[in-house]
Amino acid sequence: MNKELKIFGVVTFFTLFLYWGVEPFAHSQMHKHVESHGFTYDGTADIKEAEAKLAAAKESGNKVEKAEATAKAKKEFWANVVKISKLKGDPVAGEAGFAMCAGCHMDGAMNMGGVIPPSLNHAGSLYDKNYLIALIKNPAMAGNVDHKYKDTSMHPMGSVSSMITTDQDVANVVAYLKANKAGELTTKEAFTEACERCHAMRYAKTTQLGDTPKFKYKKDELKHQVKILEEQDLVKAYMGKLPPDLSIIIRARSEHFLETFVENPQSQLAGTSMPRVGLSHEGYEKVKEYLTEIGDPSKPAREAIGPWVILFFIIFTGLAFLWKKEKWNGHH
Amino acid sequence: MANFEKANSFNQWMDQRLGVNTIKKVMQTEYWIPKNINFLWAMGMILAATFGLLLISGIFLLMYYKPDVNLAFDSVNYIIMSEVGYGWLWRHVHGVAASVVFLVIYIHMFTGIYYGSYKKGRELIWLSGMLLFVTFSAEAFSGYMLPWGQMSYWAGMVITNLFSGGSLEAYGLVEWIRGDYVPGDAFLTRFFMLHVLLLPLAIIGLIVLHFGTLRLPHVNNQDGEEIDYEEAAELYKSGNHKDSKVIPFSPVFLSKDIFVMGVYFILFFYLVFYNFQFAMDPVNFDPADGLKTPAHIYPEWYFLWSYEILRPFSKDLGLVAFGIAQVIFFALPFLDRSPNVAPASKRGLFHIWFWLMLLDILVLTFMGKLPPTDALFANIGLVAALTFFALWIALPIITKLEKKL
Ligand code: HEC
Ligand code: HEC
Ligand code: HEM
Repeated sequence: MNKELKIFGVVTFFTLFLYWGVEPFAHSQMHKHVESHGFTYDGTADIKEAEAKLAAAKESGNKVEKAEATAKAKKEFWANVVKISKLKGDPVAGEAGFAMCAGCHMDGAMNMGGVIPPSLNHAGSLYDKNYLIALIKNPAMAGNVDHKYKDTSMHPMGSVSSMITTDQDVANVVAYLKANKAGELTTKEAFTEACERCHAMRYAKTTQLGDTPKFKYKKDELKHQVKILEEQDLVKAYMGKLPPDLSIIIRARSEHFLETFVENPQSQLAGTSMPRVGLSHEGYEKVKEYLTEIGDPSKPAREAIGPWVILFFIIFTGLAFLWKKEKWNGHH
Repeated sequence: MANFEKANSFNQWMDQRLGVNTIKKVMQTEYWIPKNINFLWAMGMILAATFGLLLISGIFLLMYYKPDVNLAFDSVNYIIMSEVGYGWLWRHVHGVAASVVFLVIYIHMFTGIYYGSYKKGRELIWLSGMLLFVTFSAEAFSGYMLPWGQMSYWAGMVITNLFSGGSLEAYGLVEWIRGDYVPGDAFLTRFFMLHVLLLPLAIIGLIVLHFGTLRLPHVNNQDGEEIDYEEAAELYKSGNHKDSKVIPFSPVFLSKDIFVMGVYFILFFYLVFYNFQFAMDPVNFDPADGLKTPAHIYPEWYFLWSYEILRPFSKDLGLVAFGIAQVIFFALPFLDRSPNVAPASKRGLFHIWFWLMLLDILVLTFMGKLPPTDALFANIGLVAALTFFALWIALPIITKLEKKL
């Protein structure tokens, strides 16, 4: 008996060692470590990146001036954002500013410069406050995709800074969103408002044009499909490639990757055209829940059945042990 | 025609026609197993049970899987996982079993090596076992192609490329295997056929052969002791269970097998419900894309050690090394020149050889998954690969020097 336990110990040790080597250890070596910043936005990561690029530029002696200017611009930009976030916004005064947003962000909006502007119905809870300020000041900087633009006002939402000009006005609009557009949202709404203008989700039968309706006639169905393809062509032209369908991204990427990627796509895929989506912690949790519901729908069932199956085998093993004892009686 | 008397019971009726009582005796109540064995001797039955799980879960998956490059990915990841009742359960059972079966195979193999269960009449057990290992490997590889994810596609590409034979540039052979220039529909459908028909048939046949080869030499025991089975069996049948060195397979040994299996199933279903990710690589949840090479291409964990033997050498040398590594374990019974059938702990130098081999395979496995761009890891991999061959060259020498116990 003692000997069996000793052998069992040896087998267990090597099995766990093997597991450690091919899973946790291998992953720690294969993926670079990216710190999450808890869905707060103060530009630290962006400035660090710019400074690293500056150091690299200095080393190679190439484009030093441009790198210097970028680093400086980022520092000033985010310092200004932090400053504005300290202003006390007036939600009532912000309503007028919001009317300008609604000019683009309306129900049934058409594609504008590459994507359909998303609904802002829950923008107050979906997005972080600092991020919203940054977005209104300069959407390309806020999304950390300024490298794509010679002049960041060319961003499809870039003209907003010419409509809402003073820092106080920015604070007011954001206060308005936080006060009036911050209702509870469903997980699906979170995904629709935050990701769907770029990403389709075929397992949820939804695309850049929203949920695909059921059609009575094949002809209408095909017409709709053509519309989807046309919309996707526009997104592709804007992003340089069609953003991937996210149906089972929850199983294709680790939780940590998804979280840090959404916070700052550049941190995981340097140079990517996907902008940061400045979600609040709550907003991200909702998006993640939706990705889980669609991409890993068996999770609740697993959790419900798992304990019973394991209990069954524990009882089975107990009975088997008694049977074995009985059969081996008188053999030693 | 033989003379059949009227049977008084169902059992007698069956016995007259099928000899069930004889079969029962031969296969169960008078199939003698040494008493002096530990739970490692239950691994064979655990393998048989796991193969059973793979077969059953596979049949359920087969009802909804679609072998077509346009449909395969969604038929697995959407239809089976979302629409089919308990489809997820069958898929996770299948995936976890496919991974765990290799863990148990390796435990089973190293048990055989440790106790010297491959020589003096047991050579065919070992050889048929190795054939099972090779067929299981092919089965696992072909199954990995079926979801048609990024790893299916790229692992398929890399592994079939090996058949170009390095400088031989036998691209014609590679195309013949793929049925196309690159992995595509023809590739997927033929691997589908292999996975669900030809290889499982071969495995079933080989399991029967493996069991057959066990019959005459009997299984080994913890001390490698030669047992006079006739005498021991007589003693047992006379009722002296205490002093007899053997026990009947059924029900005495079986009762222990089933207990060990119970413990195994607790672990197995824990993995199925709570920790299945290790068996289902995340990269394979991205659909196959021939234009986008994944950052890291690596095989499943159980192929990593031989993959690492391929990598550190130049192209041709690597292929030769890889080819040898695939088959060298077949030669074990013939390279071990010692007459002793005994646990490694009693065999002097061979004891060291055993643990070095085990450690070396572990190191190769760890390095096989890491990117080859890291110089430190690449060097460790190279040393481990060279050690692997050094150990095989040393084996006949150190076993020849071994004193007869
Ligand atoms: C000129 C039209 C236009 C105006 C005006 C405009 N937006 Fe936008 N907005 C867009 C477009 C287009 C996008 C999508 C940009 C993208 O995905 O690259 C967008 C995206 C957004 C997003 C999503 C950002 C993210 O990270 O996902 C928010 C939030 C937003 N706008 C808020 C506002 C607010 C608040 C205002 C008013 C202060 C406003 N927008 C004014 C066009 C506009
Ligand atoms: C303005 C368009 C846009 C929006 C909005 C957007 N994405 Fe993306 N996303 C992209 C593009 C473009 C890519 C492809 C990036 C690449 O390969 O460089 C991408 C890629 C991804 C990837 C795959 C990254 C990889 O490893 O290949 C994930 C995951 C992702 N997005 C998640 C999200 C989530 C979650 C949201 C909503 C919170 C979202 N995206 C919103 C454009 C967008
Ligand atoms: C994968 C399917 C396999 C199945 C179902 C299987 C099954 C079995 C069974 C039931 C036994 C008898 C009980 C025991 O000792 O565990 C056995 C013994 C043995 N098997 Fe396997 N086996 C498989 C693979 C292998 C492999 C890959 C090898 C090694 C190359 C191998 C080598 C042996 C040896 C050497 C024995 C004899 C053990 C002894 O005499 O003590 N088997 N196998």
